[in-house]
Amino acid sequence: MINAIPTDWLFGLGGGLLIGLGGAVFLLGNGRVMGASGIIGGLVDGSGKSNLAERLAFLAGVFVMPALLFPVFSEVNTHATTNVAVLIAAGLCVGVGTRLANGCTSGHGVCGISRLSLRGMVATVFYIMAGGLTVVLFRHILGVI
Amino acid sequence: MQRIVLALIAGSLFGAGLFISGMTDTAKVQGWLDVFGSWDPTLAFVMGGAILPMAIAWLFTNGRTPVVGGEFPAPPEPKLGRNLVLGSVLFGVGWGLAGLCPGPAVASLSYGGWPHWVFFAAMLAGMALAPMARAQLDSAVPAE
Repeated sequence: MINAIPTDWLFGLGGGLLIGLGGAVFLLGNGRVMGASGIIGGLVDGSGKSNLAERLAFLAGVFVMPALLFPVFSEVNTHATTNVAVLIAAGLCVGVGTRLANGCTSGHGVCGISRLSLRGMVATVFYIMAGGLTVVLFRHILGVI
Repeated sequence: MQRIVLALIAGSLFGAGLFISGMTDTAKVQGWLDVFGSWDPTLAFVMGGAILPMAIAWLFTNGRTPVVGGEFPAPPEPKLGRNLVLGSVLFGVGWGLAGLCPGPAVASLSYGGWPHWVFFAAMLAGMALAPMARAQLDSAVPAE
């Protein structure tokens, strides 16, 4: 029975549970919403000065854990594009967009939807639709990515 | 100190989860968005898996306070403004183009190679420009 389920989906579910546990620790422990764009953005634009150490500690964990796990799963590949123009355009859009919307996949998606936040659900619908249209346009019509 | 240790634990769980779930693999993310290609439903399992413990955590906040003290974040006003929609669309475009969002962008830095650093630098630049973009937008077309 379990063999019928693709391994990727099981890893997705297991990894997802860990992501949710991380969010639960941040919420129940520190009383904060675990939103990656907010935590990073507050360091960039200076709005997060009051809890700088907390933000850096969180990001240190995000950065270090994959570095520790990577040698265990040596076949892992991120398949990232090497097109510098695409990387820069994408990074700028993600940076400006997530800060303008006050959240990304973790803040609006995971933390917002789980508390039935209307803003989180609407944001998630829009970024998934925009992402889908972007892949269709740039992969299937323009052939850029 | 307690606050910093808890943040480190939360970040470590988040980072491990992003790595194990495959969300640092841009092909899996773009595969989820690519409904006209070979569609990859993994992201739905990740989202479902993450929302479950998080929903329990939100329920658990009822009548309690955070471990370090203070209060839990109040629900946001259910207001759907232009910035929420426009920002999310812009974010979605970048997410589709590169297959990376802010969490996985950090989680993949140590082993993903130079493209991840280019994306990360551009994302930080975008975040630095965001307050200006917001001000420009608000002066050109008032939000409400």
